[in-house]
Amino acid sequence: MSLVVFSGTVDKLMPVAILTSGAVAMGMEVEIFLTFWGLDAFRKGRPETLTRMSRDYEDLAPAMAALMREKEVPSWYTTLRAAKEIGPVTIHACAMTMDLQGLTKDDLDDIVDDVVGAAEFVDRAREGKITLFI
Amino acid sequence: MASDATTHADIVIDARGSFCPGPLMELVRHIRRASVGQVLEVRSTDAGSRRDIPAWCQKAGHTLVGIEDREGYTAILVRKER
Repeated sequence: MSLVVFSGTVDKLMPVAILTSGAVAMGMEVEIFLTFWGLDAFRKGRPETLTRMSRDYEDLAPAMAALMREKEVPSWYTTLRAAKEIGPVTIHACAMTMDLQGLTKDDLDDIVDDVVGAAEFVDRAREGKITLFI
Repeated sequence: MASDATTHADIVIDARGSFCPGPLMELVRHIRRASVGQVLEVRSTDAGSRRDIPAWCQKAGHTLVGIEDREGYTAILVRKER
């Protein structure tokens, strides 16, 4: 399964982490490509502190966030880390976004495995049966 | 994780309060360390587990021994086959 993670908000990163967990549990390999705001959420120090939610749902987001805290739902970052321990999850950073923002691999959280270009990612995604853009 | 003498499970995984796919992930983690033939009991309050865990058993080649509704939670019993 390949995921193109374009969004950097908690409400979109939750399904990224949960679908990744489900996929590795089912014995699948997961390739994640972080681009634009998705990459921004993986800059060093961000995953642990990110609280931003989609503006589309700004009227509902505070209640959802409160519910997640109250029910002690593990964060998307904790869930993604756990999935990576269970099975093969490779997290790629988009080279173009890195260049644009003047970032190097050292600026990113250590959960990120490498920096790849669009062509290489798409070539790898071709092997999979599922590709999602989140 | 603790053994529970009141059930026939060898390993009891208390995943109550954990959300989808937490109970399944706990089972995957524990079954790796279990021996073939052992029965693992997952205690779950997550509705997704009732469907996810049987689907996973089929895929992973383990046997679903049973699903029991108990007070406030569901117990899903799985025998490690390989």
